[in-house]
Amino acid sequence: MLGNGMIQGLLVTARNLLRSYFDPECLTTIQYPEERRTLPENSRCFPFLVYDGTPDNLRCVACKICEQECPPQCIYIEVERDAKTGKPVRRPRVFDIDYSVCMQCQICAEVCPFDAIKMDQIYELSGTDRFGGMLMNKGALLKSNEYYHQMHPTEANEVDARLSQSKKKASPPAAKPAAAPITLQSAPPPRPTPSAPPSPSVPPTPPVPPKSDV
Amino acid sequence: MYNFFDQLILTLGAWVVGLVVACGNGVSKFCCGQPLSEAAAHNVAAGTEIVLICVTIYGVFALCFGLATWLERKMLARIQNRYGPNRVGPFGLFQFVADGVKMLTKEDIVPARADKLVHFLAPAVVLAPALLMFAFLPFGRNMAPTNLDTAVIAFFAVGAGSEMALFMAGWGSRNKYSILGAMRAVAQMISYEIPLVLAAVPVVMVVGSLSTSQIVAAQGADGFLDMSRWFVWTPWGFAGFILFLVAATAESNRCPFDLPEGESELVAGFHVEYSGFKFALFFMAEYIGMMAMAGLGVTLFLGGWHGPKLLPSWMWFMGKGFLIVCWLIWLRGTLPRLRVDQLMAFAWKAMLPFALFNIFTTAVWFHLPKATLLQSAVAWLVTAALVAAAYWVVSRFVCRRAGALRVYHYAS
Ligand code: SF4
Ligand code: SF4
Repeated sequence: MLGNGMIQGLLVTARNLLRSYFDPECLTTIQYPEERRTLPENSRCFPFLVYDGTPDNLRCVACKICEQECPPQCIYIEVERDAKTGKPVRRPRVFDIDYSVCMQCQICAEVCPFDAIKMDQIYELSGTDRFGGMLMNKGALLKSNEYYHQMHPTEANEVDARLSQSKKKASPPAAKPAAAPITLQSAPPPRPTPSAPPSPSVPPTPPVPPKSDV
Repeated sequence: MYNFFDQLILTLGAWVVGLVVACGNGVSKFCCGQPLSEAAAHNVAAGTEIVLICVTIYGVFALCFGLATWLERKMLARIQNRYGPNRVGPFGLFQFVADGVKMLTKEDIVPARADKLVHFLAPAVVLAPALLMFAFLPFGRNMAPTNLDTAVIAFFAVGAGSEMALFMAGWGSRNKYSILGAMRAVAQMISYEIPLVLAAVPVVMVVGSLSTSQIVAAQGADGFLDMSRWFVWTPWGFAGFILFLVAATAESNRCPFDLPEGESELVAGFHVEYSGFKFALFFMAEYIGMMAMAGLGVTLFLGGWHGPKLLPSWMWFMGKGFLIVCWLIWLRGTLPRLRVDQLMAFAWKAMLPFALFNIFTTAVWFHLPKATLLQSAVAWLVTAALVAAAYWVVSRFVCRRAGALRVYHYAS
């Protein structure tokens, strides 16, 4: 009969219309600025730099691997030099990431041998300056390991375990790599452990219940 | 008490007219030393009345337009399990004010190669018929703006004017999407005008008058039982009402007949090249035209402003019109857009024969004796059977071929 399908469709829409008033569960939208969806643990946004304890104690050694690997080339690093000798010390003087260029691919975090750069979960970024507004300098990028733990607990625990293990292994002959001068751009930086894979990529983790807050 | 509310608007109007005439008298005394002559006073009163009617209709229906956009967005949102606008004012009720301000402050863009005059005139021309249609509807007891003997014909004639406006918009923009949309609009509206008018013919036949006031008067008084005299309860009236609703949806370019502005294929059809308040005028014309159509549907089939004396007559009229608008919104939230060939086939192959047969059914009803209750029941059953048979034939033979399932050779 002509109109059968129409009546069925009308019933479906009417049911949805009424149900949305009596059963708030079926409303799929949330009232964004007031309510926020809890992000899944593995969600990621822009990269940030991890430090242990104090911001001076950052993990990055300015090896520039991430700078080279970053596909859109949005990382800019300058190595800090000793004021007296002019020799490079193992930390960045300048570490900039242009968030307006970054495509959130996580390659920098994949390639960093020191687990120094990780992915953040902030997504509320906006600015009025089109060219420099999203250029994040070292100060803005530095975030604590605790923050990292809060955000990606599983991943952070693995990273911590790996780092402490490598420290143990590396401590007997620690003097050598630490003393070895790093020449810019030429020699690859010393790996923390020869056995550890260069990429700190996290093995697939079982699904984790979403976190309560960010 | 009831009479007071029923005639509230008229009383207010009379008060304003009296005030204006008194002011005129005062001014005349001050300037010429004597009050207005009888003829002059009469002219002043008549002029004020006309202005008042216009202002009231524009004001009320502009407000209704705003509320209808809000209602539409809310209902569509709820159908899709969203909240809809809820930021401006309580329940987002003032969303339309914000939208209006936004539209007003937007840049008015005219394409460089557009036909400037036609492009400029089209939004005004499209709104005029939509507003003019209200002149022929009786809104309540003693509340018909005009009392034309040929109001129904005049209503359709004026309504047909919007086709030209849409074509002006499409042509004036010099854009292939707009011209395609305009072509579709003209084809569709002319095709559906025929079933629309034919759907109204049975009412005119039974009442024996083209005057909307008399059509309303023929549909009973204000008791609960008198509601049974609404034409929609007769088989031919019901069929006519359905036909009217479908054709009115197509006439006001609403989903599922919104091909002229089909967003997915024509961007926005005839108003692609309009921005700012000109776009808002098109929007407004669509809604106001829709409300006028709803008003005509109420007048022809739902007993006009008649209703049990619980509410003032104008509230009955507005309430019934509101229900039809809700129905149109519900339909929009449900049905996908038709294809052009389906649209045309439906108008010419399904609706036209059914509407013609409905006129025949009405003639049968008209000539069957209805003196006693039993005779009325027999007449009702006979015409109902005729309508049902016609519907079955149309859906079995005509629509089957018109909307034959397409066979996909590779996909299935
Ligand atoms: S790869 Fe890691 S350690 Fe090397 S510069 Fe980048 S963030 Fe620093
Ligand atoms: S996430 Fe990708 S694009 Fe962004 S800084 Fe890291 S490597 Fe570059």
